[in-house]
Amino acid sequence: MLTTVRDLFRYNREFRIGALLTAFIVAFAALSFASPYPPQDTFVVPPDVPPSAAYWFGTTSRGQDVFWQLTFAIRNTMLFGLCVAILSRMISIAIGMWSGYKGGFVDRVLMSINDTFIVIPLFPLLVLFYFVMRDKMSWPLLALAMACLGWSYDARLIRSVAMSLKSREFTQQSVFSGMRTREIVLQEHLPYVLPIVFYTTMNNMNWSIGLEVTLSVLGFTNIDTPTIGVMIYWANQHTAMVAGIWWWIFFPVLFVVVLFIGLFLLAISMNEYIDPRSRLARMGGMRE
Amino acid sequence: MSSAAASAAADARLSPERVLTVRDLRAYYRTNFFGMSREVRAVDGVSLHVDRDEIYGLAGESSCGKTTLIKTIVRAIRPPLDVVGGSVAFHFAGRERDIYAMSREELQSIRWRHLSYILQGSMNVLNPVRRVRQSFVDFSHRHIGKPMPEFLRLIEDHLDRVRLPPTVLDAYPHELSGGMRQRVTIALASVCRPDFIVADEPTTALDVVVQRDVLAMLREVQREIRSSMILVTHDIGVHANVTDRLGIMYAGRLVEEGPTGDVIRNPRHPYTSHLVTSLPRIGDVTPKRGLEGAPPNLAAPPEGCRFHPRCPLAIGTCRAEAPPMVDVAPGHRVACWVTAAPTAATVQ
Amino acid sequence: MSAAGSPPLLDVDHVGMTYSVGGFFRRRGVRAVDDVSLRLEAGKPEILAIIGESGSGKTTLARMILNLATPTHGAIRFLGNDVTRIRTNRDRMAFMRQVQPIFQNPFEAFNPLKRIDRYLFVSARRFAGARAVVDVQAKADESLRQVGLSLTEVRGRYPHELSGGQLQRIAIARALVSSPSLIVADEPVSMVDASLRMSIVNLFKALRDELRVSIIYITHDLATAYYISDRVLIMQRGNVVESGDARAVLDHPQHPYSILLKSAVLSPEDVDAPKKLVGAAGFSPAIAISNVE
Repeated sequence: MLTTVRDLFRYNREFRIGALLTAFIVAFAALSFASPYPPQDTFVVPPDVPPSAAYWFGTTSRGQDVFWQLTFAIRNTMLFGLCVAILSRMISIAIGMWSGYKGGFVDRVLMSINDTFIVIPLFPLLVLFYFVMRDKMSWPLLALAMACLGWSYDARLIRSVAMSLKSREFTQQSVFSGMRTREIVLQEHLPYVLPIVFYTTMNNMNWSIGLEVTLSVLGFTNIDTPTIGVMIYWANQHTAMVAGIWWWIFFPVLFVVVLFIGLFLLAISMNEYIDPRSRLARMGGMRE
Repeated sequence: MSSAAASAAADARLSPERVLTVRDLRAYYRTNFFGMSREVRAVDGVSLHVDRDEIYGLAGESSCGKTTLIKTIVRAIRPPLDVVGGSVAFHFAGRERDIYAMSREELQSIRWRHLSYILQGSMNVLNPVRRVRQSFVDFSHRHIGKPMPEFLRLIEDHLDRVRLPPTVLDAYPHELSGGMRQRVTIALASVCRPDFIVADEPTTALDVVVQRDVLAMLREVQREIRSSMILVTHDIGVHANVTDRLGIMYAGRLVEEGPTGDVIRNPRHPYTSHLVTSLPRIGDVTPKRGLEGAPPNLAAPPEGCRFHPRCPLAIGTCRAEAPPMVDVAPGHRVACWVTAAPTAATVQ
Repeated sequence: MSAAGSPPLLDVDHVGMTYSVGGFFRRRGVRAVDDVSLRLEAGKPEILAIIGESGSGKTTLARMILNLATPTHGAIRFLGNDVTRIRTNRDRMAFMRQVQPIFQNPFEAFNPLKRIDRYLFVSARRFAGARAVVDVQAKADESLRQVGLSLTEVRGRYPHELSGGQLQRIAIARALVSSPSLIVADEPVSMVDASLRMSIVNLFKALRDELRVSIIYITHDLATAYYISDRVLIMQRGNVVESGDARAVLDHPQHPYSILLKSAVLSPEDVDAPKKLVGAAGFSPAIAISNVE
């Protein structure tokens, strides 16, 4: 495992850059545990101070240090994205592989449900969700809601891989070796599905973070916990751009863009490495 | 350089009708992936020649390098495949041309007009969304250069001569059966009457009955336009019925070569004898045996003669040094220390 | 003759498989297999070759015998039990213990990402009742020795490290773990190199003679069928056109299609008397322009 990462780092430029960017963001987010100010507190520092030696990223109109706010914001945003991605992966793998392997009636039923979810307009639905939940709206709840909405594209993708695997001869070999369906799906087929899963995890993270930022900017989430979107929301509330407090918007945006790019680069470089075909080509080389 | 030119001139005097000369060709696949590098020596020192109006057969099993050899001969190579040594020279229209010294334009002008190929998957050649007639136009109109109506009549003429029904022109490739498609591919490759046709396993994917008819057409076409041909297939039965000369490849090298009848009736190399005699025939129930071992990995081939780990006749020298090609009969040469030990007079 | 009252090993009884093609308005039935019958007696191991070209229905027939497809007409009985009535897991396992397949492509037969010994070990656990690791490995080793290999050679290896011939032998070893009475081999040597082919073909002979396993050997290659089979069935477009003792049928075929097949075989011997490759009447009917027929 470690040699894999080391090889990737050494030879694949995308991975190097992606890993460095993401590591930087993660390190930055980890700084939040060292923050001198609790995230919810306001007016702990002089407001509207531009970036300077004392306050590296400046301060907001609410009297918060942008630097330390950002550490919380990026941490929460990342965790949110990760939760949504993991939960929705679990759903899409389960549905995709079951549907692909079983085929027939089960497949048809599941795919009808799947296609319904694809066409649901997510954004209005989430806004509606907010209006229904109002005060009870919290981040875990939102994460759950988004996870339940974000699995359908990838379930189809996984299903097509599962279907093609079913028709390959080694699947029949496994059946006639006495392997049970569960074993075949998990042990024989899953390694082929994992590259897609990994790639879609990164994709899904980007998607969920984007959606979260959108919702937060518009105020449709819990605006007490700082996230990137929430920071921008408050900046808009205080008309920061008009008032000239550009640093309040600039730094959150910069960091979320860096996170996006880092995740994206990781996804595409890991995908090339984990993909079974290229793995096989490498295996051929390793033995010699 | 002058010695090469001198030997080329000498060859020209000996066989003024020589169409292809391959000299000590080496082509390797070199890959470098995540710090691991591999060099697969797919073609490792092959020399052969093909004369005018002759069908040269190339036989060998999987991973013996015959497909790589073909690709290298027509210069259809892309990284990681690279030519690391030797030369491939064609003699078209009175001139000797090194195919690797040609420019893009020159290559374009000789492809299809002087040098064409028939591949294993006919669907790879025929455009699936265009009718067959359109494929003919796409491939050869440029070379024949006549106005369209005359060109179309020429094609129909050609089809008639190779006994394909002209209705084939109106069909889409998927409407034709596999055998029919392959015959269209042969007609396509021969319409410009090229000097040289390369056929790579043209009948391997076809049924036995269809194969016979496709091969019949191939031989007729060759007789009609008097082109030279290299026919690559692992099936010795096909070679026995179609080719004039036969070369046997093993692990990237030619181990035996000669007139087809000679090579099959009197195989000198142990591998050739095995290939020729080991497969059963109808009417024959004598026990047959397979060879021990497996074809070698071309990234790390055995030292010396590459066949020695599996050879029933191997002696000490075989393990140390690769045997040279030696003439054992007119036109028949073999590379084997045991059955064709070289003397000063016979070494090539 | 089998003892009175003991059911035949395999009884394929007027079996047919028809499936419909075409769109909503123009559905047609395509008869992949049409009224095929054959019988293998228990206690009398033999090699039955089913010879045919592509589209003859031989692979569909094999799939039906292996219970991977259900016939639309007729019945297939294994040791007296209707194969299509197998429902429970236990029945399925009992069936698979007795009937095992060998597939055409040795390189696809195993998952390229997994070690090969895995399949042998799972088979040993599920079919041979081995529990302890020692027993599982011993059983795997025993099966491998029956095909001329051993566990030490194969353990921990991935499919791409082995040649086609070795892979096919390992596939046969895996099939032997459950001590089956019937092996259905679909073109087992067509993708194996010529120099390795005969060792596999000879292995089938040994399976019949020493291990008393009956083999249904599906192929398009008349020569190997001649070499090892006891009986042959020649199929064309879903029908059996000729059947009987292997040597008798292949030495002197009667049906026009069988004669055509035999005459189309090209062999190295032809170098002394090259076949007239040019068909006298033009082209054989097999390669007419097809219209989704």
